[in-house]
Amino acid sequence: MNILVFVKRVPDTESRIRINPQTRSIVEEGINFIISPFDEYAVEEALRLKEAKGGSVTVVTVGPDEATATLKKGLAMGADEAVLIKDDLKETYDGLRVARIIAAFVAKKHPGADLLLFGKQSVGADNSQVPSMAAELLGWPQANVVTKLEIEGGQGVARREIEGATERVAFSLPAVVSAQKGLNEPRYETLKGIMAAKRKVIPVVTLAELGLTNDDVAPQVDVVAMELPAARKAGAIIPGLPEEAAKKLVELLRQDAKVI
Amino acid sequence: MILVFIETREGKVKKSSLETLGEAKRRAAELGLRVAAVIAGASVDCFDPDIYARGADAVFLLENPALAQYSAQGFAIALHALVVDLKPAAVFIAATEMGKDLAPRLAARLGVAVASDCTKVEVKDGRLLYTRPVYAGKAYLSIRLKATPQVATLRPNVFPLFSAPGAAGEVVKRAAAIPDDAVKGRVVEVVKGAAEELDVTEAAVIVSGGRGMKAPENFVLLKELAAAIPRAAVGASRSAVDSGWIGHEHQVGQTGKTVSPSLYMAFGISGAIQHLAGMSSSKVIVAVNKDPEAPIFKVADYGIVGDLFQVIPALKDELKKAFAE
Ligand SMILES: Cc1cc2nc3c(=O)[nH]c(=O)nc-3n(C[C@H](O)[C@H](O)[C@H](O)COP(=O)(O)OP(=O)(O)OC[C@H]3O[C@@H](n4cnc5c(N)ncnc54)[C@H](O)[C@@H]3O)c2cc1C
Ligand SMILES: Nc1ncnc2c1ncn2[C@@H]1O[C@H](COP(=O)(O)O)[C@@H](O)[C@H]1O
Repeated sequence: MNILVFVKRVPDTESRIRINPQTRSIVEEGINFIISPFDEYAVEEALRLKEAKGGSVTVVTVGPDEATATLKKGLAMGADEAVLIKDDLKETYDGLRVARIIAAFVAKKHPGADLLLFGKQSVGADNSQVPSMAAELLGWPQANVVTKLEIEGGQGVARREIEGATERVAFSLPAVVSAQKGLNEPRYETLKGIMAAKRKVIPVVTLAELGLTNDDVAPQVDVVAMELPAARKAGAIIPGLPEEAAKKLVELLRQDAKVI
Repeated sequence: MILVFIETREGKVKKSSLETLGEAKRRAAELGLRVAAVIAGASVDCFDPDIYARGADAVFLLENPALAQYSAQGFAIALHALVVDLKPAAVFIAATEMGKDLAPRLAARLGVAVASDCTKVEVKDGRLLYTRPVYAGKAYLSIRLKATPQVATLRPNVFPLFSAPGAAGEVVKRAAAIPDDAVKGRVVEVVKGAAEELDVTEAAVIVSGGRGMKAPENFVLLKELAAAIPRAAVGASRSAVDSGWIGHEHQVGQTGKTVSPSLYMAFGISGAIQHLAGMSSSKVIVAVNKDPEAPIFKVADYGIVGDLFQVIPALKDELKKAFAE
């Protein structure tokens, strides 16, 4: 199986977010960047499929040179190849733009791919857009938010989470699948993997090489403002023994807050 | 026109779709637009007439045998044709699991971007302005969409219902054209959760447990507490989930679910930044923790410093009394 895994460089979930009101974007200074956590499940699933069925795993990212570190993480976990699709625009929050780049890349460079694996959501943009959009642009089926995946002879069955239930989605290959926590337990990089990743030459593909014009990838999302949420104030500690405190709390929730 | 996709499950309209319809109605009124609802299925013979009272001026019934089960491809093809025909200014879809699966696929087919998981929609200078959380709610983004139609998904549990009792409207049946070989993946089975639990994203009240719960069997305490409150669900921190005490579909936080219930109660949760990210937009937060320095108290409206194993039973008794009144 020829599997491509799309990974994104995102701020560490530990990060405190600061905003530059002029640029309406986050201040990147002092932020540690990581592979988007859901993308790790995607890489792991690709490696397991390859181990079971043979083939190759290529990790791909759309981003600036710094995103090479994210690809190295995928290589260190065990991916065979990595590709950087060079795109210097900062986060645009526009999933269509990225999906267009990815679809063009697949069509041009990997038309024989069997499976595209994604994270269910990039932590940060929190869009949950790119996998479905890429699938549509390629005309392939999709299974998102997947916690179990089985592939057999050109067909796939995925378990996908919905509210209070799970769905089984059956599809034919080639297909797009996005990973949810629970799909697997991502492996740690090995020292050998890290060393091999260090040495690996990562090819760079430009947007022009993919036949994309500036118009094709012009963001359609116009960021008007970016703000921090209103800070929550610490409220009252309710004193007393558990029984007294519980009684008082219920009273406050009913009469003051009126939420129950 | 603003077109609203109405999600049905076993023939029942999802509440989050009605919330979305309500918001469409309020914004459409400001813009001087009509609101149309669209329901898709193999044959949509009966639908809830309440839909007019909830904001629809017209209802389109999109029918094709291929729409009997949900498939992102089939639904996107059918909706795309309707959108091309009706030329709405915007398409609103509830940001449910189905909505999040479908909206981007439809948008890509239309060649437009999506505003995902919006928590506020306004009309400014005669145009729609969408506000949505990013970085799991550590920041809020206000965006405009440059292309038409504008596709937006609206977060469940955030927008109030619209109500115009007795309102009526028109019904239009449409046969959807879906080529036989166009749908290459579809839902073949829906497996319900054991007790048909309410999902945390749809709950009005969440009682959440962390590592302080100590053991999986203690989550029964929270289940009982939730059972004592209408529309309540059980949530959890990642530590509790990773310890295997409860399924990960209950996880709240940056890599779990982002929730905005009216009331969020955290028991034995310290308040790590990734957890706070997922629940800080709750209307009222209650924290029960034995450590008075726990960061969760910094965001809690009400706190009890104490042993959760004593507080939970007492709370359950008090709530039962309160609801019995
Ligand atoms: C990439 C990444 C993503 C993450 N995503 C998430 C996420 O989505 N959601 C999430 O929750 N976390 C997430 N985390 C983990 C997060 O950093 C914390 O480790 C986690 O939230 C801690 O869970 P906790 O509060 O239950 O446990 P702890 O931090 O161990 O806190 C337990 C609390 O229970 C209290 N306690 C103990 N016994 C009692 C008692 N008898 N009565 C009352 N109180 C008691 C203690 O005082 C303590 O405050 C993520 C971490 C990473 C690295
Ligand atoms: N710039 C990018 N480069 C590579 N993959 C991406 C990029 N942005 C998003 N993705 C993939 O799409 C998934 C969903 O992202 P999003 O739609 O932004 O929530 C991510 O988990 C990645 O797998």
